[in-house]
Amino acid sequence: MPDVHVLVNDFLNNLKKRKIEGSQATARQTAELLRSVISQQRVSYTNQAGALMDAVRAVGEQLIAANPVELAVGNIVRRVLHIIREEDLSLTTAAIAGLGVSAVSDDDDDAEGNDHPVLSAASLAAAARSTLRPPSLQTLLEDVPDSAAVPHTSSSGGDSDGKSRSADKSSRTRKLKHDVIEAVNELIQDITTCHEQIAEQAVEHIHQNEVILTLGSSRTVLEFLCAAKEKKRSFRVFVAEGAPRYQGHLLAKELVTRGLQTTLITDSAVFAMISRVNMVIVGAHAVMANGGVIAPVGLNMVALAAQRHAVPFVVLAGTHKLCPLYPHNPEVLLNELRSPSELLDFGEFSDCMDFGNDTSSPLLHVVNPTFDYVPPKLVNLFITDTGGHNPSYMYRLIADYYSADDLVVQRRPTGGS
Amino acid sequence: MDPRRAARTVIDPKVRKVGFFAPGAPPDRSLSGPPDPIASSSASSPPIPDLSPSGNFLSPVMIPPPRHSSADTALLSSSRPVPPSPLRRDSLTSAGCIHNPSELFPSSSPTAPSSYAGRVVEFQDDPRGNSVKVATGASSFPGGGFDLTAVKTSSVPASRFTTVSVVKTMPPGLSETIVEKVGGSFEVENDRPASSKSLKEKTSKAERRALQEAQRAAKAAAKAEGSKVPSTSEAAMSANVKPTKATKAPSLKNDSATVAASEKKGGDRPPEKDRKKDVPHPRMQYDDKSRVEKAKRRAVVKQTEARNRVELFRHLPQYEHGTQLPDLETKFFQLDPVHPAIYKVGLQYLSGDISGGNARCIAMLEAFQEAIKDHSTPPEKTLSRDLTAKLSSYVSFLIECRPLSISMGNAIRFLKSHIAKLPLTLSESEAKSSLQSDIYNFINEKIILADKVIVNHAVTKIRDGDVLLTYGSSSAVEMILLHAHELGKRFRVVVVDSRPKLEGQLLLRRLVGKGLSCTYIYITGISYIMHEVSRIFLGASSVLSNGTVYSRVGTACVAMVAHEFRVPVLVCCEAYKFHERVQLDSICSNELGNPDAISEVPGREDINYLDGCTNSENLQLLNLIYDATPSDYVSLIITDYGMVPPTSVPVIVREYRREHIWI
Repeated sequence: MPDVHVLVNDFLNNLKKRKIEGSQATARQTAELLRSVISQQRVSYTNQAGALMDAVRAVGEQLIAANPVELAVGNIVRRVLHIIREEDLSLTTAAIAGLGVSAVSDDDDDAEGNDHPVLSAASLAAAARSTLRPPSLQTLLEDVPDSAAVPHTSSSGGDSDGKSRSADKSSRTRKLKHDVIEAVNELIQDITTCHEQIAEQAVEHIHQNEVILTLGSSRTVLEFLCAAKEKKRSFRVFVAEGAPRYQGHLLAKELVTRGLQTTLITDSAVFAMISRVNMVIVGAHAVMANGGVIAPVGLNMVALAAQRHAVPFVVLAGTHKLCPLYPHNPEVLLNELRSPSELLDFGEFSDCMDFGNDTSSPLLHVVNPTFDYVPPKLVNLFITDTGGHNPSYMYRLIADYYSADDLVVQRRPTGGS
Repeated sequence: MDPRRAARTVIDPKVRKVGFFAPGAPPDRSLSGPPDPIASSSASSPPIPDLSPSGNFLSPVMIPPPRHSSADTALLSSSRPVPPSPLRRDSLTSAGCIHNPSELFPSSSPTAPSSYAGRVVEFQDDPRGNSVKVATGASSFPGGGFDLTAVKTSSVPASRFTTVSVVKTMPPGLSETIVEKVGGSFEVENDRPASSKSLKEKTSKAERRALQEAQRAAKAAAKAEGSKVPSTSEAAMSANVKPTKATKAPSLKNDSATVAASEKKGGDRPPEKDRKKDVPHPRMQYDDKSRVEKAKRRAVVKQTEARNRVELFRHLPQYEHGTQLPDLETKFFQLDPVHPAIYKVGLQYLSGDISGGNARCIAMLEAFQEAIKDHSTPPEKTLSRDLTAKLSSYVSFLIECRPLSISMGNAIRFLKSHIAKLPLTLSESEAKSSLQSDIYNFINEKIILADKVIVNHAVTKIRDGDVLLTYGSSSAVEMILLHAHELGKRFRVVVVDSRPKLEGQLLLRRLVGKGLSCTYIYITGISYIMHEVSRIFLGASSVLSNGTVYSRVGTACVAMVAHEFRVPVLVCCEAYKFHERVQLDSICSNELGNPDAISEVPGREDINYLDGCTNSENLQLLNLIYDATPSDYVSLIITDYGMVPPTSVPVIVREYRREHIWI
């Protein structure tokens, strides 16, 4: 345990200091951390899943609090919790195979799908089952006789459910932990390879002689464009530099070294150039359940310009960026203000930065937001590891990866993520 | 409205209607009116009296015509004072006919036909013009067409009608018709009230037929002997007209119309040829190799082409930046054709010391002032020609330093037109001083005073508690903000800025120095800040006549986001920057800045990703200077003529151009 604490604290520090750049890196590291948490967690024979979930939740809560804007952390915590549930469930179903399979499987919520009988960890994760899905008549009917057999109360968001259903699990404690770690490994694998999976779809979207515009830098976008290039498509890319971080320069450099025709433009020229652009392809910071996108700053402007000129606005996002939360005032609440020094030279304006002589408020504010919120109506397509989706479909896709009970990670009932 | 009506009349199968139409009260007269001229030509008098009333009748329709009429008058090269309309018309027609009722318009009439013959085209341009044409075309059965119009209640057709008939009589039909038309329009102005009279004189269908036939015959006959018949008709008409006039009380409308007409007359309208000239020249396209070669041979400044030109912008000059400066400096003493003041300004443009539409324009004009002062005309040349040529060479030098802004183009046009209009009688020194004072006045009135007016207008739009957003650094907007601050209004300013010029920082510096409370943000964060903003003030390099605002690149983005957030966008632009050119996107015409400014981020040594690959074949750096903001993003344009919607820009362009060219 102590070394886990060290790991957790290190990671917490990094998160707090914003030393981890990019949601992919954050996601991967979170998953790795949680994996070690799980593997170090001592499990009793009785309530193994519950114990694991408690441990993950405890760590996850701290992680989320360390950087609430980095939604990937919360996403991964929730997915790990979901994995534990799924593994637990699959073991349960295997154990009580003789009983009504479909009903028992629905421990999270009574709205489960009914495709459960064959349950491996992978298939569970990928299976289209949703706690968010409204109950169908069939599931309702099936549930009715068996609901008594499911001992737990489904409504609680927290620890109660794991404990209550642990009675018949004693025989497979070790198996559960092992399976969970396997599944988390798979998750990590997914995160690291999501670029390739997304990039594989590039040929279907990029054609010869197209003009593509992007802003800032995203590894996913880079891979996506290069994949199309490797397929002998020749096209040109406009890269908006994305001041004040100038990630666009980075992307432009990468693209140039890979032989793509690249034109670097200023952010202000986006509107001027978009009329000659066939498609806007951008990366995202996070995708919310309503299909809205938390994206690098400036993208809302680009999306509006694209809409004005009817240019498709395509967002590339690995599944670890899918966030099960619905945004409220995301421009402010899910944003982060960075240092003004990126915009202004402190030396030059130092006299106005501090408090003015007679008033108590400074004359000069410098605002340097990190993210933009792109509402779903401006997005034409999401491309994820699992294919292309409409913004309106995101809630459903997200439901595949998270269980509704985990939406609130905090153990204390007062919290909200 | 007018044009439409006219068209309808033409289109409708009204002839039939007319036939059945016996009872219709006022229209009938008009119907009768048309036939009259014919009758007069062929059979003479009875219908004639009707004619004039019908003409009067027409007037209500004319309401729109003030402008038209003015145009017409302009067309009629001889400018007559606007007469009581019926008379006028008569006179015109008479002129066409060669017969003059001498009292009416002796002088004008003879000239008219010849001078106007060429101008039919112009009429076509006018809404009315169409109708006129139609009339000429329809001459064979004029009566029908008129009837229809009459039915509609619009008297306009009647006037046309008369014209038509005249035409028939006249051999060179077109010129005649025009004259007629003019007359008609005048009539309209005057005659509005007379409607009730004419019922009595309806002609039956058969009669009308007969008239038509007669007209045709007359037409044929007219070719042979144009003058006589019309003269008789004319006399009759004039006689008729007078009584009608007396009977009518001129309505207010009429008065105003006539006034307008007279005014218009006063301001000459550029004749057709000039108008054509006014169509903006196509700009130099730099992908046109032969022309570029030619231009290069003339060029003073040697430019090296940029290495990685952006394919999309081949039509714009893309040169290496910074290379011309040392070259030019060394040439300072060899370049005798360029006046030192011009040279200095050119260098300042080149180095970026002077930027901003107004500053550049003022600097240029002042340099021209200097140059004109020092100008001496070689003995065998005339001042105006020599000076114009000189000016052109200066301008091309300045263009080589930096492409002209639209406002500078307008100023140059102004200056050239003044040079061209210099009275030959002036001595050289007088002419020069008058030009200098012209330039001085231009700077004063069109730029400095205009800005003051704009400030006064714009300040009324600022309220306490407002959060005003501005983009880049516009001198007009700065003045507005400072003035509002002086007035004690409490507001906050958001300065939005963008790379590579970061002009907003300069503005910010000045605003903060004056004690305004400011927020500074890059353009990428515009959506973040827009929630709190209540007004947007933007400067403009130019406003084009389709309402497009041509301004610092990024303005369009700001306006777009503001539009999305339902924040009003106010564009401040002096009217001398308006231009009749139109543009839909920012690519067809633009200016490219130094591409290297894109790859370097001053003050951020950590941003050096592009070091070493700027020479790569695949990388192009595009530094656009301007963009075009669609007019639907603009709520209001504040100019020295007041606050207008973007749709009114062409009106201002038209009026303004006339003013400054023809003063």
